[in-house]
Amino acid sequence: MNTAVTSEQVMHWLDEVPDPEIPVLTITDLGIVREVRVDESGGAVTVALAPTYSGCPATEAIEQSVVDALGEHGLDDVAIERRLSPPWTTDWISDEGREKLKAYGIAPPAEGAGKRALLRGGRAIACPRCDSLATSLVSEFGSTACKASYRCDECLEPFEYFKCI
Amino acid sequence: MNADEALLTYVLRVADNALITGQRMIERVAGEAELEEELANANFALDYIGQARMLYTYAGELEGEGRSEDDFAYLRDTQEFRNFLLAEQPNGHFGDAIVRQFLFESFYLLQLEALADSRDKRLAEIAARAEKEIRYHLRHAAQWLVRLGDGTDESHARVARSLAEQWRYTGEFFAGDEVDSILQSEFRGPDLDALREQWLANVTEVLEEATLAVPGETFMATGGRQGLHTEHLGFLIAEMQHLQRAYPGASW
Repeated sequence: MNTAVTSEQVMHWLDEVPDPEIPVLTITDLGIVREVRVDESGGAVTVALAPTYSGCPATEAIEQSVVDALGEHGLDDVAIERRLSPPWTTDWISDEGREKLKAYGIAPPAEGAGKRALLRGGRAIACPRCDSLATSLVSEFGSTACKASYRCDECLEPFEYFKCI
Repeated sequence: MNADEALLTYVLRVADNALITGQRMIERVAGEAELEEELANANFALDYIGQARMLYTYAGELEGEGRSEDDFAYLRDTQEFRNFLLAEQPNGHFGDAIVRQFLFESFYLLQLEALADSRDKRLAEIAARAEKEIRYHLRHAAQWLVRLGDGTDESHARVARSLAEQWRYTGEFFAGDEVDSILQSEFRGPDLDALREQWLANVTEVLEEATLAVPGETFMATGGRQGLHTEHLGFLIAEMQHLQRAYPGASW
């Protein structure tokens, strides 16, 4: 690699790396790309990523897809740094990401991850299809750790909700 | 014991609690009564194993002898594990498992909240990450406990028995030793007396909602953190480590 790259350029390329579990979102939509560093020669790149959940099985897959994506742009000296702090929360999902989630049929996380009470439920979640607030929680868990299962009592469609954490 | 040794021991204790709890939950995979619980349980287990991995990796760096997360998980014998006795108790019926998770997570959440403020940056980072997950787990366990306790006569009676049987393992949470003292003084670790008070208040609130009586003073079993375990841990370890013991270095 002879041509120097800039961190902005790398960030732009990372804009195209999808999340393996919710492919309509890119990793920049998710807010997990914390920093891109390019060394002075412009050859070696370090990408700092925040893991979402401790046990997220996609963590390694995402790291590999970053290495692969940058490799396709001719960068073969890419180091991944896992950055735990500050911890990722769903508040980091971009507005664009929230729109994409909704269009995909997944209700985006209600803002304000905060500390919910142990026994009392949270706020009502709007149906991503008909926007009704008359929805019921079916299960705190869905097809992945980050989603809960809901049902819309208005249009009767089941949908997934990207949980706040 | 110096501060470095205390920190290493402490990190291993937290890691062992996470791993053994996660392993117990894995045992329930494909054994739940309904699909939603199946998903919840598997997801919880993943969180625990993920937390254990981060903590073991850190322990390996603190120790500086080249041990990896797998070495700690798969190549130590029962007496070397430092988890609470409660964590290793068998799953039993659904109510038993819910009570175990509820009692432990009520403590673990407070422990993580305190550790997130620790002077040891790495431990604080891991705790801050894990805390968000355990808060969610605890909500799940607490809600089920209320449903079972305030449910039918049968579910109430069974879960009351689970509580009476497992309460004896909760004293260990607060039986501090030199490691806890050093962690508190040198690394701004948890104040166990304050934690006990908060734990009891939180647990009492949920038990009352569940129409369950808070068990009275009773004999408290300890020993987990000295490596003196109940007979149940050996079987868990044997199953968990079988593959690495039979085929050393196997990976996939």
